[in-house]
Order: sequence, then structure tokens, then C-alpha cells
Amino acid sequence: MRQKTISPFSITRRALLAGIAVLPALTFASAPLRAQEVATADANTTGLAVTDDTVTVGILHSITGTMAISETGSVEAEKLAIDQINAAGGVLGRKIEYIQEDGASDWPTFAEKAKKLLVENKTAAVFGCWTSASRKAVLPVFEQYNGMLYYPTFYEGLEESPNVIYTGQEATQQIIAGIDWVVREKGAKSFYLLGSDYIWPRTANKIARKHIEKLGLKVSGEDYYPLGNTQFNSVINKIKLKKPDVIYAIVVGGSNVAFYKQLKAAGIDMSKEKPLLLTISVTEDEVRGIGGENIAGAYASMKYFESLPNDNNKAFVSAFKKMWGEDSVIGDVTQAAYLGPWLWKAAVEKAGSFDIDKVRAASPGIELTTAPEGYVRIHENHHLWSRTRIGHAREDGQFDVVFETKDLIEPNPFPEGYQ
Amino acid sequence: MIGDYTYTEFTSILAMQGFAGLTLFSVFVLMALGLAIIFGQMGVINMAHGEFMILGAYMTYLCSQFFSVYLPSLFSIYFFFAMILAFAASFLLGMLVEWGLIRFLYRRPLDTLLATWGLSLILQQAYRSIFGAREVGVTLPDWLMGSIALTDIIEIPINGLFVMGLTALITLGVYFGMFRSNWGKRMRAVVQNRTMAGAVGINTKMVDRMTFGLGCGIAGIAGSAFTMIGSTGPTAGQLYIVDTFLIVVFGGAGSLIGTIASAFSISQAQSTIEFFLSGSMAKVLTLLTVVGILMLRPQGLFTLKIRR
Repeated sequence: MRQKTISPFSITRRALLAGIAVLPALTFASAPLRAQEVATADANTTGLAVTDDTVTVGILHSITGTMAISETGSVEAEKLAIDQINAAGGVLGRKIEYIQEDGASDWPTFAEKAKKLLVENKTAAVFGCWTSASRKAVLPVFEQYNGMLYYPTFYEGLEESPNVIYTGQEATQQIIAGIDWVVREKGAKSFYLLGSDYIWPRTANKIARKHIEKLGLKVSGEDYYPLGNTQFNSVINKIKLKKPDVIYAIVVGGSNVAFYKQLKAAGIDMSKEKPLLLTISVTEDEVRGIGGENIAGAYASMKYFESLPNDNNKAFVSAFKKMWGEDSVIGDVTQAAYLGPWLWKAAVEKAGSFDIDKVRAASPGIELTTAPEGYVRIHENHHLWSRTRIGHAREDGQFDVVFETKDLIEPNPFPEGYQ
Repeated sequence: MIGDYTYTEFTSILAMQGFAGLTLFSVFVLMALGLAIIFGQMGVINMAHGEFMILGAYMTYLCSQFFSVYLPSLFSIYFFFAMILAFAASFLLGMLVEWGLIRFLYRRPLDTLLATWGLSLILQQAYRSIFGAREVGVTLPDWLMGSIALTDIIEIPINGLFVMGLTALITLGVYFGMFRSNWGKRMRAVVQNRTMAGAVGINTKMVDRMTFGLGCGIAGIAGSAFTMIGSTGPTAGQLYIVDTFLIVVFGGAGSLIGTIASAFSISQAQSTIEFFLSGSMAKVLTLLTVVGILMLRPQGLFTLKIRR
């Protein structure tokens, strides 16, 4: 079920709520098996926390510390998905119970809690992590104790673990379509690359630079600022001097707020698109901190926006707001986190077993027609086929989707010629 | 032509870069003043300085919410009320902290470091519980977010001017408070000789409390002003703390002039290097230089005699 048309007008929350009285039951492409069909002894041969009625999973995010800002949305989405799955009969007829652990924005803590969830709690799957640093910290644990991690964040790629399903986009999926669009539709010829100084922005900008140079266009500057930097006046001056067509910004965290506020104060009006601002690091979640009026007119390139007008998304948005409050917002990663439990359920039911090895073998090819972003499918490399969209930031903190790729983009975590 | 640029472009950029340097200077002074007072006059290492700033930022947020709902006609000037509220809140919390925690730890500077670090964690979690883990968006009056276009290229951000004016005002206020008022005289007397000051009838405990409160109050105003340029979240205070300590230590503890001189040199160095190299490189080079100078001159640029 492909989204054929994209309305330039996005739907208001009110209209959206009025349209949906009850959350429609979510169904799956693969025919679900039921508990009575699969005995616990058969569905669980490796001693996971599975009983005749329940299965235990883990949720591992930071709910304290710096990253709590970003990870809260993912926790909320995962709990919503688990609730909905339980309401629809559970997984293999078993109700999902979760154990939530706090990574506390500290990478060794993530590793320790991951070990607890796998060794002590015997969880059948873990939904968690946000930063690449936390994922790298838990990776050896998941590989040693053979667990399954569903990781929601868009990230730099260069990784493919048998123990991780990456439900966010890897860098090439997110970047290339965005740059192609801005070149094709806006006639961009020169780019200024800007980022926070750590692995994701650096790798992403490397891919962006290669692609821009492949197209025969110009990178007029590239700059990195330490994480948490709050002063961007110098780079804004440099941008004014170099006059690029596009500012390609991958600033994260608290720096984001400082950057956009100072850009606006320096008289760069993004709605004039001279220069145009394209970012891959600002979702609806970040806009809340930045303030819609400070970023209106910018473009963001990612796979999901809250304003997507398809029916899956309307149902998802209304259920999310019903559970977590009317004023909550949903960003790209939150949606990707929501996919985790559903993809796991589909894989378990295809495998007819909770065993990690069987779930892993069943995962490639799993498709989800009920995903809020439309349709996704798991690739052999454990990433998702997905569309990339361009959103145009509005004053109210939402994005108008102005473009989406016609086809699903193949995930390519080890892009040749881009490293 | 200079390089790829015309002469006009080049001079414009020099002017704007100069302005950027001055803005950074003002921001640094504003951040460091409160800490310099507390560290310099009392010998207390206040690791929770950033959290006092964020308290000010949250007060501004509450004020902006309050005015937009109840007094929309006054919204364009709410910021001034917000700064007063920010000062008051941080001042009171500062006095409370001094009474409940710091006064037991005088003459034990390393213990104050640990205790205030713990306090900073407590405050962060308190903000998280009260205001939520996410950053809040502080809506600012439009006139504060604009810029004045002098020429085609030169555009002066109004919030930069505002921060500069505010910094000048507060610095002058602190100067007159410390060196021209009776309160300042008492404070300096306590710093120089506590026993003697007590003997001539100065309530030294009250002076300590007021000094700590004042330092925190100024941090609150700084936090309020920084809602214009930065983020407001439970842990946003951590973004400022390193720079703040750097400036105070480099300037020489206890010296107001030292703090200003060090803020000026660090900000100018940083914004110049940022322009010619990159943001990260600027940070590295500035830190290396500061470390180098502190190795040669551990007491910082300027020093005053403080009580031992």
C-alpha cells in the first residue's frame, strides 16, 4: 500500500482527532500463529522468559541524564506498541510484559543493564539505545549472550550486527535523497556542511560531501563544533561570507537550539531560502526546544514526519496522543521505536518461536504494512527499506511533507565510494 | 580584492566578527561573574553554578508562559520581569543552600566541590521531575530576536546588543556594590580577616549568606539572558560550567578585573580561531594556551590576597 499522493496541506490535530474515534485494530501481513498452536516448550528452547501466557522483553533507554530529552519519546512509543500488541492478542498468544531499565545517559551503564536484561531477566528482545555510543557499548553484550536489540535512531551506518535490527535509517538513505531533491528542485549549486563534532555528523557529512562532489557541485565550507557548543556567531559570519545555496546542518542536542536562535538573530531568514537550510538532525521533538518560530522555513530530510497524511499514521498519532498527552509530539526516531515491537512480533510469529536464532533467521523479508511511515521491510542486512521525505518546517513546530521518494530506498550501511 | 572577497565584504566581515567576539566576551563575563564572586570571596567551588543559571532560565520560561496567557499586552516587555524573578529565585535558593549546606563546609574547598556537585545532580533531577526531561521552548518577544541591518552584509543581532548592555550594567553594579557600598566594605572585611571583622560587629554569617546568594542571583540573571541564545533543559547548565570555570581560574580567583580580562582574551582568541580554522580546533587551541599559561602562572592572570 503505497502512498501515491502527498497533500501539500497537512492535517490539523483537531481534524485528525475528529476523524478517528477508535483505534483500528492493526493487522499483519504474515498470518499470526496462536498460543494454543505453539507449546511453550517448542516456542522457547533456549530458556528465555516465556510462559504459557506471557513473554518478557526489555526496554533500555536513558530516562535520566542528558539523553533523557531525546530518548523519552522512544520509550513512550515502545510502550504504546506493546500495549497495542497486547490488546490485539499478544505475540504467539502470549501477553508481552516489559522490564524497563535506565541507561542514565552513561554508556557503561547501558552495557551493564543490557547484561542484566539478557542474563538475569532472560528477555526475549530488547528495545533500546539511542546514541551510537550506547549502541556500541551494548553490542558486545548482545553478541556474547545472543540477545536481540531493536535500535530506533537514524545513524551513521558502518555496522551490521546479527543481534541488532536497525529500525531507523542509515546515513545514505537519509542523506542522498535529500541532497538530490535540493539540487533538482531548488537548483542548489553550493553547500556549507556544518555539524556537531562526533561520529554521526562527521560520517554523514563525509557521505554528503562525496555525493555533492559526484554531482559536480561545490562544498564551500565544512565546520564542526564540540557537542554542547552554544556560540555559533563565527560560523554564521563565515556562511554569510561564502554565500552557499544550502546550509547542510547536523547540529545536535542543546547546540541545536543555540544554532537556530543565533541564525535567526543574525538576520538569516530561512523562509527566503537564501541560503536554504537542510538538516537531518531536527525532528518535531527538537523543534519543541528550538521554538517553531526560530526554525520555520527550514527543510528536514528523514523518513517520517508527524504530519504524514496516511491512515496508519493518523491512527498512530491519535493513539500516541491519547496515551501520552495532547501536547506530545512525535519525531522520526519515536516512530522508528514504535516499529520495533511490531517487527519483533511479526518475526516471532513467522518463526513460530521466540528463540533468538529463529527470530533472526525469520527477520529478513518481514514486512509491515501498518507502519505509520507507510510500508517497511527488513533487508538481509537488518536495516529497513524505507522512503525518505522532505519536510518544510512550520511556525507551529510541525513539518509539511513536500516530497517523498517514489520507491523504497535500499539500506546500504557500507556504501562503496562514500567512505 | 582580498582573497576571494571584495574590500567591502572583507571589512564587513571584520566588523561582524569583531561584534561576534564582543558578544562572546559579554556572555563569558555574565556566566563567570557569579562564580567569581563565590569562588573569589568565599573560596567555595560551586559546581552547581550551571544549575542556578538554568533556574533563571526556567523562571523566564514560566514568565513567558504566564504573560502570554494572562497579560498578552505586556508580552513584549515580560523579559525584564523575568530577569527580576530569575534573580530573586536564584538568590533565595542560593541563601537556602548556603544555610543548609555550604556553611558547614567553609575551609574545606574540596568538600564544597563534592557537595555542590551532588547539589547540581539533585537540581537537575528536580528540574526533570518538575518541567519534564525535554527542553522547553522559551518564546521571546519579536523585537529581541531581530537584527539591525547596517549595510547589506553587516547585520547586528539585537540579542547580542542586549546581552552586552546587560553585562555592562551588572558588572558596574557588582563593582559599585563591592567597592563603593557599605555592604561591599563588610564583605571585603570578612574576606580579609574574619575574626577581626566579627569583633568590630559585622555579622559574618549574614555576609557569607548574602554573598553566596548574590553570586547565585547573578547566575540566575545570566541564565535568563541565555534563553535568547541557548537551550533550556534540565542539563543545559552543564554546557556552561566548563567555560565558566576556565574563565574564573584563568583570570585569577578573587579578582573582578582578572575575570574580565580572562573572558576578553579567551573570547577574542576563540572567535578569531573559529573564523580562520574550525570550531573544534578553536576550542583545542584555546584550552592548550590556557593550560600552558596556567603552568607558568598557576595563580592566574591577576591575584588578590584572600583569607587562608
